[in-house]
Amino acid sequence: MAHSTATTAPGESLWDGGVSPMGVSYGKLMMWFFLLSDAFTFSGLLITYGLVRSSHQAYNGAAEAFTFSHDYWPVPERVYEAVPFLHGVTLPLVFVGIMTFVLIMSSVTMVLAVEAGHRMDRAAVEKWMLWTILGGITFLGCQAWEWTHFIVGTDAGTTIKEFVNGDLVTRVIHGANLHENQYGPPDFADFFFFITGFHGFHVFSGVLFNFLIYYNTVTGVYDRRGHYEMVEKVGLYWHFVDLVWVFVFTFFYLV
Amino acid sequence: MAHDEPQVTVLPPDKEKIKKLWTVALILLVITICEFIVAFTLHHGPLKTSIFVVMTIVKAAYIVGEFMHLRYEAKLLMWSILIPMSFVVWMLVAFVYEGMKISLVRW
Repeated sequence: MAHSTATTAPGESLWDGGVSPMGVSYGKLMMWFFLLSDAFTFSGLLITYGLVRSSHQAYNGAAEAFTFSHDYWPVPERVYEAVPFLHGVTLPLVFVGIMTFVLIMSSVTMVLAVEAGHRMDRAAVEKWMLWTILGGITFLGCQAWEWTHFIVGTDAGTTIKEFVNGDLVTRVIHGANLHENQYGPPDFADFFFFITGFHGFHVFSGVLFNFLIYYNTVTGVYDRRGHYEMVEKVGLYWHFVDLVWVFVFTFFYLV
Repeated sequence: MAHDEPQVTVLPPDKEKIKKLWTVALILLVITICEFIVAFTLHHGPLKTSIFVVMTIVKAAYIVGEFMHLRYEAKLLMWSILIPMSFVVWMLVAFVYEGMKISLVRW
């Protein structure tokens, strides 16, 4: 395997522990098992989302007649239809599409940094790491805007009728918080905040790791060490963040 | 500190490998575009959901297999990641089924 670093330390035989299990270094193996456990965490969140969503009523009316209501789960493309600088224009899923594109592209630049690392090409690693960091920051910026829009809500809001001390009163809800939201059942906004927030936190820590790798590359740490395996390990984490987004995108925004 | 810098041999870029990586990126983008087309042409229902699930699994396979390089690692490593994840699939099916039963009781 030309791709993995040396797995046998010189002068050590198999029986002396000179061989790594599964043909990868200790660090990469541990990164894989960390990612497996992290995948379980995200699975837990998404499965709970699936349970709660399927236990609510789905909207069965005509797509054009859809309005926000607490009686059924909202249709996602009617919730996520705002784009920055285009206030009032209905562009369903366009902004989240841009975010998906940004994250996939930053995954590509990351894998190109890993490839450059295999060739000990410091300049190329620096270039591709910078692009990856830029992609990560762009994604976080997009998410900050999306959260703000989600929390502030639409101009019209949603009018609900509720009993307060025995009287039926009408009230307009704008935006969302953990108690109530204008889009649908309270659980809907709770899952939005928890799942995209947990993913966003992963992106945030990924950007920090990427910057650390970039810094070490620039200061020549990996040239002195003789290999760029840290780029590979952090690359695994970064691809995982992209992978989770693929699932969040499908199950939260599309289905 | 310049005299401390080690001698590093920089290899030329592997054109074929880089081309392959861009091909994978293109496939991911094309699938994402297809997802958008499906999102706006089909009505919500089991068919639409299944198409999305299949597309998502294909995308995930490309990311894990090519970008994360799992396809080229030792088979034992590959299976020790994939087999535990397969239990998640069962858990998902079980809990979504449970949720549908809860909705029958509720409404």
